[in-house]
Amino acid sequence: MYKIGVIGDRESILGFKAVGFEVFQCAGGDEGKKILKKMAKEDFAIIYVTEKLYVEMKKEIDEYTDLRVPAIIPVPNREGTLGVGLSNVKQAVERAVGADILFGGDR
Amino acid sequence: MERLNVNPTRMMLTTLKKRLATALRGHKLMKDKRDELMKGFLELARENKNLREEVEIRLKDVYDSFTMAGAIMRKEVMEEALMLPKQRVEIQVKSKNIMSVDVPVFDFQMSSTGEEEIYPYGYATTSGELDEAITDLSSTLPLLLELAAKEKEAQMLAAELERTRRRVNALEYVKIPQLQMTIKYIVMKLDENERGNQTRLMKVKDMILKEALEEKRQADEAVM
Repeated sequence: MYKIGVIGDRESILGFKAVGFEVFQCAGGDEGKKILKKMAKEDFAIIYVTEKLYVEMKKEIDEYTDLRVPAIIPVPNREGTLGVGLSNVKQAVERAVGADILFGGDR
Repeated sequence: MERLNVNPTRMMLTTLKKRLATALRGHKLMKDKRDELMKGFLELARENKNLREEVEIRLKDVYDSFTMAGAIMRKEVMEEALMLPKQRVEIQVKSKNIMSVDVPVFDFQMSSTGEEEIYPYGYATTSGELDEAITDLSSTLPLLLELAAKEKEAQMLAAELERTRRRVNALEYVKIPQLQMTIKYIVMKLDENERGNQTRLMKVKDMILKEALEEKRQADEAVM
């Protein structure tokens, strides 16, 4: 049986705890990396990471891309979206197809 | 294009021809795999994009609701209220095989499903805004989970697609021309050797004939 986790700043992750996710409070990228490593070893199938942290830990997160679990997904934090998630999708398309054909070049 | 550095022998020719056949077959298979992956991937990426846009909008609402609740209630009270979750989400992970990519399939189970059961607190010390925030979040939950599944699948397919595309290109533009060129080189070299050999044989035959003729003439002279 797998679990779902959330890493992020205190304000943003508060609500997730109420719906049954396991939350990990974290202020900066370095702390986040440690938490992520620990979580990857445990049974977390999905880890939501706030976008700000996601950017700071991009390198560590990329190591898990080819593994089946965990799926590490960026979510916006309380201050609103940074567009990291969408640009991630865009990057995946670029990587796969060789050109961005979904978003139209203007974005 | 550089040809392979091999000895131009008949045995090498056979080996290379076999390798070329394998490379051609591999190229065709890879190309088919690429096309098939591409077909699924584009669809998936589009869904992924739409889903993400929706989730981001809804999460913003959720955060707004929480901010509202936080403004009305004391911070400690709110944290206390949310400290012990009632609902738990558990996942089973199965895998699905898409063109030999092992993609996870998440199966969700929420331990409580009733409307009023999602609130992990009594209503005495909390405000209605917090209830609303929790309701919002919990209605976003299925979308959030679906997004995770879609996004992971898209990421894995993208990685595989990139690898396959590279392989197709490497076979098409490097490996196959290289093999063809080397095979051509060996065939030409062997033909050249063959012609050289032929000329030499003809020459030797001429010499032997001449010698035999000479001997015969001497024998005839001796008899006379």
